[in-house]
Amino acid sequence: MAKGKYLGGASRRSILQQFGAAAVGISFGGALSACGGGGGGPTVNFYNWDTYIGPTTLDDFKEATGTNVNMSLFATNDELFARLRAGNPGFDVIVPSNEYVTRMSQAQMLQELDHSKIPNIANLLPEFQDASFDPGRKYSMPYTWLVLGIGYNKEAVRAKGLTVPDSWQYLFDDATFNQKMALLSESADLIRLSAKYLGHSVNGIPPAMLTQIEQMLIRQKPRVKQFHSDNGQDLLASGEVDIVLEYNGDIAQLMAAEGGDKFDFVVPKEGTLINSDCLCIPNGAPNTEGAHAFINYLLDAEAGKKITEEILFPTPNKATRDLMPDSYKNNPVIFPPADVMAKSEYGAFEGDEKSREYEEIFTRISAA
Amino acid sequence: MEQTWRQAKAAFAAIAVPPIAWLFLFFLVPLAVVWGYSLGENTGPTTIDVTGTFANYMRAVEPLYLEIFGKSLIIAGLTTVLCLIVGFPVALAIAFASPKTKAWLLLLIMLPFWTNLLIRTFALIAVLRENGYVNAILEWFWNGGSGLMALVGLQPLGDFEPLTLLYNNTAVVIGLVYVHLPFMVLPLYSALDRMDRSLMEASLDLGAGHMRTIWSVVVPLAAPGIASGVLITFIPALGAYLTPDLLGGTDSQMIANVIERQFKRANDWPFGAALSFLLMYLTFIAIAVQAFVQRKSERRG
Repeated sequence: MAKGKYLGGASRRSILQQFGAAAVGISFGGALSACGGGGGGPTVNFYNWDTYIGPTTLDDFKEATGTNVNMSLFATNDELFARLRAGNPGFDVIVPSNEYVTRMSQAQMLQELDHSKIPNIANLLPEFQDASFDPGRKYSMPYTWLVLGIGYNKEAVRAKGLTVPDSWQYLFDDATFNQKMALLSESADLIRLSAKYLGHSVNGIPPAMLTQIEQMLIRQKPRVKQFHSDNGQDLLASGEVDIVLEYNGDIAQLMAAEGGDKFDFVVPKEGTLINSDCLCIPNGAPNTEGAHAFINYLLDAEAGKKITEEILFPTPNKATRDLMPDSYKNNPVIFPPADVMAKSEYGAFEGDEKSREYEEIFTRISAA
Repeated sequence: MEQTWRQAKAAFAAIAVPPIAWLFLFFLVPLAVVWGYSLGENTGPTTIDVTGTFANYMRAVEPLYLEIFGKSLIIAGLTTVLCLIVGFPVALAIAFASPKTKAWLLLLIMLPFWTNLLIRTFALIAVLRENGYVNAILEWFWNGGSGLMALVGLQPLGDFEPLTLLYNNTAVVIGLVYVHLPFMVLPLYSALDRMDRSLMEASLDLGAGHMRTIWSVVVPLAAPGIASGVLITFIPALGAYLTPDLLGGTDSQMIANVIERQFKRANDWPFGAALSFLLMYLTFIAIAVQAFVQRKSERRG
């Protein structure tokens, strides 16, 4: 019975997500008390994902600069967006993903960053110094990046006569893992990866292909056990499914846990969606000076090392990466091979109309 | 009864004003805002103009969404019926227990409320999944039986195949019944507890059997309790979203899941508001039916 006890583990999109409104309440209280300036001295209000910071990072920053950091947590980009939708309740630094950097900057919710106050930008890998979703890095600094791929049970995959399920076909258009697979319940991710499988870019999907994708996923649906809310690693660990659509960091954490050597992760050969979580300063931030200093501190090599050792997500920071041991740097789960990365893309924000269309397609698939 | 509060108007006002103000500020005002949104249009990523359009309602009554409403009604209805079937004997047993046992039994019914719904749902996952406790127990019996058959020279059973108990509509109904059972038992209990026992004794004395007494005497007398139990089970079950999300399979989507996604991922608050209000109109209809049943039974009594 030791198996099946694994319940999620540390995940940036954790159990907190399910609390929904309750979680909003908790973080709201946190932000307000911070506005009172607890503990004396200046304060930076940091709105972050759960388990997404080093154990001593905030204390180290206070020691270095005398500025307190008050951290509150959110569980999904939607929650972050909804909190700031009606005006900034007092946050100085937030961590939206790439698509939401575009969405929030278009909605005039973000401030332009003053690059002269963030000299550590020089630590970033060249490919992260600029970004298609934020040209010139006007609004955002990269904090981590992550990719979607297939987490799988090695033995079960071998039993089907395969070595590695290295194509999206197994998840989207195939009965090999009938009732032994789970997909992420994110409409945009499902549709974009399906387009990738069909040989198209994840962006600018034409209407005819959307219809084709909808039919393909409706055909696939009876073979899928669940549309999971980012707890795929738990479904895999408990033996409910043999293959699952998940983020590399989540499966890396499962593999690092006890009994994790049964599992592996692959980025399918067609390429995948890259996400990048970014540090931004929302409009109306009470302490922009402190916010810039804090962002600069998070991009520091040593500070970044302490964070990365804890969260095990890929870092866009070259100086930090150089300080990390080989077991991290050469981990193919954390850093997928260059040839599939070359075929992978960021999902661009294509307007609210597009998100609504994707959502309705997903509603139709679920109702079919 | 009306005399008493008229004689002490000041005291009545002092007691009544805070809850009324609370209800107004934190219930009616936000509800009015959401109702306004349901008649509005998105004009930007964060802005909504209330234009009085019915477009959101028109979209909400498209066949796609009506089917999801229909499915939610069926699942909530099934949950309510099962809660009634399971809950009625339980409530009857509690009502007829000795006062000391009664207190303990009521405590047991309420105990689950002390734990967060999410935790209880995750606990249910641990019980029902393929490597869960139900399957572990079944496997133990299976292997035991198989060993026994081999011992007496019969062909042993094959390998144990775990039952798929999770991630389908059955799991959703099991989860909803588990969560909502107390809502059914408590009003049933209070109705049965207040019942005049002499009427049952009369029925039994006059030659009716136990089942006949329950059908012809107890059930009609408990009708208002049954109606309110049905109502306060049905309404939250209709709006359930956590249970189908966590226990359901790929075709267990209920209307609340669709509403949630409008407010979050789709960023379409007007449409989400319109769907919410359709759900609320259904609730009003359910309450009206309950009031009708109650009035009818009062007239009879």
